[in-house]
Amino acid sequence: MIEFRHVTKRFADGTVAVDDLSLVAPSHQITVLVGPSGCGKTTSLRMVNRMVDPSDGQILVDDEDIHALDAVRLRRGIGYVIQHAGLFPHKTVVDNIATVPKLLGWSRQQARQRALELIDQVGLEQQYAERYPAQLSGGQQQRVGVARALAADPPIMLMDEPFSAVDPVVRAQLQDEFLRLQRDLAKTIVFVTHDIDEAIKLGDNIVVLRVGGRLAQTDTPAGLLANPTDDFVAGFIGRDRGYRALSFVPGDDLRIQPLPDGVHVDTSYPYRRGGPLKAALDATLTAPGGRAVVVDERGTAVGVIDHQDVLAAVRRAETQRAETA
Amino acid sequence: MTEVLDYVSQSGDTVLSYLGEHIIMSIVPIGLALCFAIPLGWWAARRPVLTSVLLSMGGIAYSVPSIALFIVLPLVFGYQIISLTNIIVALTIYSTALLVRNVIDGLESVPDDVRLSATALGYGHLGRLLSVELPVAVPVIAAGLRVVTVTNVSMVSVGALIGKGGLGNLFMEGLRSDYMAPIIVGLVLSVLLALSLDGLLVMGQRWLTPWVRVRAGR
Repeated sequence: MIEFRHVTKRFADGTVAVDDLSLVAPSHQITVLVGPSGCGKTTSLRMVNRMVDPSDGQILVDDEDIHALDAVRLRRGIGYVIQHAGLFPHKTVVDNIATVPKLLGWSRQQARQRALELIDQVGLEQQYAERYPAQLSGGQQQRVGVARALAADPPIMLMDEPFSAVDPVVRAQLQDEFLRLQRDLAKTIVFVTHDIDEAIKLGDNIVVLRVGGRLAQTDTPAGLLANPTDDFVAGFIGRDRGYRALSFVPGDDLRIQPLPDGVHVDTSYPYRRGGPLKAALDATLTAPGGRAVVVDERGTAVGVIDHQDVLAAVRRAETQRAETA
Repeated sequence: MTEVLDYVSQSGDTVLSYLGEHIIMSIVPIGLALCFAIPLGWWAARRPVLTSVLLSMGGIAYSVPSIALFIVLPLVFGYQIISLTNIIVALTIYSTALLVRNVIDGLESVPDDVRLSATALGYGHLGRLLSVELPVAVPVIAAGLRVVTVTNVSMVSVGALIGKGGLGNLFMEGLRSDYMAPIIVGLVLSVLLALSLDGLLVMGQRWLTPWVRVRAGR
């Protein structure tokens, strides 16, 4: 667990980057710091591995004040990934990944072995092991950046806009693989982004910061979409937050119509039974004729839904939410 | 041409010892200058005030005529004027003055995100310099080394005016006796020496930076 207690960072020129920030990033979860530029998110992140020291307040990692720890030793125990990966141009992929193990004094053989394992784990092919970073695409470089951060199996990972510099298709792919990795590894992750969609997709918890480094709201993605604390947060999330909140409403009580007999059903736009209502709505909006095929876990068609079914389910969810609130 | 061959066959030993001296007086200052320029450049890099002070000092040092330096330095440090030491100290000053700029430029050519990630991964200051910053700066520093090396080979000859000039002594000899052969031999050997040292540096750089060619080939 990472904890900020009344942390303030004032730079030498008088600007306040972070202002009395208190927050908790729970263990084994992804905590996303999100906000417009100038909200102090990167500064906050860098205070966790002491690349920046706070002017006031305390930062605790597993209840230990990091101010008392040696900065270099601390950093070797915390993975760090940045926007353009920041790979060492003069080292091959495998040597880049083996950096921290070597700093920690592992043998060459061990460090190399571990690096080769990680190349697999982040979805790169072994043929890239001996290439230099300049020979890789942006997306591949970013995978190597993640592998390098994971090399010594640190319990904590800090990620500063790691997927911002790649095109949307690759970004979505990297995000999905990142979530898959996290399901296996369960690291304590602090993730910085300016992109609220990324925050909602990746975060277990979201910390919204406003310009001047002040806390605006801490919540789960669903909580944030449902109850933004003020106009700033609501504006930052965007006007379509109602629609996007549907990705957190399960479609359990969606009425499914039986498959029509003898009519060909188009399964190009399937909705997986039990998936969120947003997926159901997307499927009916995209499928020709407004009728989407419902499939089960194995991908077998089990029925169809149309707009009316989805809207009815949305209405039921709304009523339920109003009653519990 | 026969004159030159005659000269070489008669005075071959002298020519060889001049050549040996010339090599020592050209190379030793480069090694020493690297030892001074790297710490100085590291200290000054990304400190704009210090950089400009250091670069102006280098410019001033470089503008002092070499012959003046050959005469003044022995007075300051108290060694023999006609000595290898004298030439080596003077050329070390010139080489350092030139190389500091390349070391600073080289270190500043290291991308910010590379330096940042080196720190974040847990390199200390020295480890980061030796394992990341200097290796990445090699192409820029090597460019400076090549200029300094060629300059030194030609500067050593000036030392002949005070009687310690390696191959330069051949020029003085030819001038005094109105005899072309030693001048031609000195000239040819100087050029060959400069070319071979430059070639060695290029090979050394290619060996140290396989990653640069890879980038160019993309």
